[in-house]
Amino acid sequence: MKNCEYQQIDPRALSVTPLSAQNLGEKKAQSPRRKWEVFPGKNRFFCDGRLILSRQSGVLPLTMGLIVVTCGLFFAFDCPFLVKHLTIFIPVIGGVLFVFVVISLLRTSFTDPGILPRATPDEAADIERQIDTSGSSTYRPPPRTKEILINQQVVKLKYCFTCKMFRPPRTSHCSLCDNCVERFDHHCPWVGNCVGKRNYRFFYSFIISLSFLTSFIFGCVITHITLRSQEGKSLVQAIEESPARYPLCLVICFFSIWSILGLSGFHTYLVASNLTTNEDIKGSWSSKRGAEESENPYTYNSIITNCCVTLCGPMPPSTKDVLERVVHSSDFPVLCSPGTPKTTPQVLNVSSRAAPTSEPSPSVGCTQQQARQPAATALDLKQMVRLVAQCHADGES
Amino acid sequence: MRQQAAITAKVFIQRDYSSGTMCQFQTKFPSELENRIDKQQFEETVRALNNMYAEAEKLGSQSYIEGCLACLTAYTVFLCMETHYEKVLKKIAKYIQEQNDKIYAPRGLLLTDPIERGLRVVEITIFEDRSLTR
Repeated sequence: MKNCEYQQIDPRALSVTPLSAQNLGEKKAQSPRRKWEVFPGKNRFFCDGRLILSRQSGVLPLTMGLIVVTCGLFFAFDCPFLVKHLTIFIPVIGGVLFVFVVISLLRTSFTDPGILPRATPDEAADIERQIDTSGSSTYRPPPRTKEILINQQVVKLKYCFTCKMFRPPRTSHCSLCDNCVERFDHHCPWVGNCVGKRNYRFFYSFIISLSFLTSFIFGCVITHITLRSQEGKSLVQAIEESPARYPLCLVICFFSIWSILGLSGFHTYLVASNLTTNEDIKGSWSSKRGAEESENPYTYNSIITNCCVTLCGPMPPSTKDVLERVVHSSDFPVLCSPGTPKTTPQVLNVSSRAAPTSEPSPSVGCTQQQARQPAATALDLKQMVRLVAQCHADGES
Repeated sequence: MRQQAAITAKVFIQRDYSSGTMCQFQTKFPSELENRIDKQQFEETVRALNNMYAEAEKLGSQSYIEGCLACLTAYTVFLCMETHYEKVLKKIAKYIQEQNDKIYAPRGLLLTDPIERGLRVVEITIFEDRSLTR
């Protein structure tokens, strides 16, 4: 009988740290970890990886607090008076706007903005090979760029040293979240997350609805004070009876209304011209830059089309696959004849999401790891079985 | 005789950005695959993938209606409905599995679904195929 040995995986492609080798024995009884638990960026995950937030959540609680307190004061002080004197629809409209603002805010904060997974070690090595590195390895090579043509416009793609890949166009690396984000707009401390391709529409609806809400509340407050002063009291007396007697309240209201309205106007301009805040600030497509005539290659040259594309376009899915499980090979005794020793451990990727297909889809790939994490290539179960079957068939003939 | 299936190399098909940020892959035939697979076959696979991604990102009335509906319901509709993009991605996953089973695996190659690489590359793993050398 032919001794069919275990198919060696190229050891160059595997680099297993002592930690994972140690854990091998312990892992059998434990449930497999999910990818989000080993995610290299600076993010926090909730609900088993379904909600994502930046580790630097900034002032998100303050934002929520301000919105809730302002609306609370509005419903407590202004609504009873206005319902009596005007219409019941005032708190109804206020309530609807409030709900819309809160939902948009939560969606913006907890949605993956379009984080790009880092390059696998093989991919990084392949890219390095393609770049001409004739210098010595003791110094950091000069910044690497690649020029491509998009709609007859020259665009420079920069190399990201953290993610080890050339950034796609309109992608930028956020230092706060330590991730490359597609169509990167800005990192917003008020929502505690980056604003990128996937959550820009939520962010835009948040600021627009917030503008409406603040303008609505402001209008109602003015109406309230005016009506009170018309009832025989002077304007000063009317103000003193409302929360506007607290100067801090007035200051916050004044600044927030103007900044939010200003921001909404600015983002409306960006949406209409298909630009990001990042590009606008850097002046990437400003035609006044030197002698170069550079135009925005992404615009559709129509305000309506630009708006539709940015706000109502197809919603790309999250590309991080954080719900996938990382499983250790000791769980799968699928190797050749018994008696062959198990070789170095390898990490298998098995898609554990509910898929409509009757069999698990072949998910072959490395975990997106950096140097401190074990990096391994994997073989799909089916493929290994097929190769083993081939081996047996050839061996027996 | 020892039968081994080691990973010889990996080829990465990069994105083609000539028409913007739409997800399209380069159809250039990599030299490492020359003695493994037909150039026509490879180009057909990549073109089919490109067409499917174009369909996913198509700006048509369906995507606009979906977007407007989502906006009106404060984006809560996505909790119960699958987006058009997700539906097409499932189709792509099935297509890649099919291509692997029928064409690539018998030749000792394996396509990786680009979604697992963040839609940046199509990774093709080349296995050392000893059985062909008997």
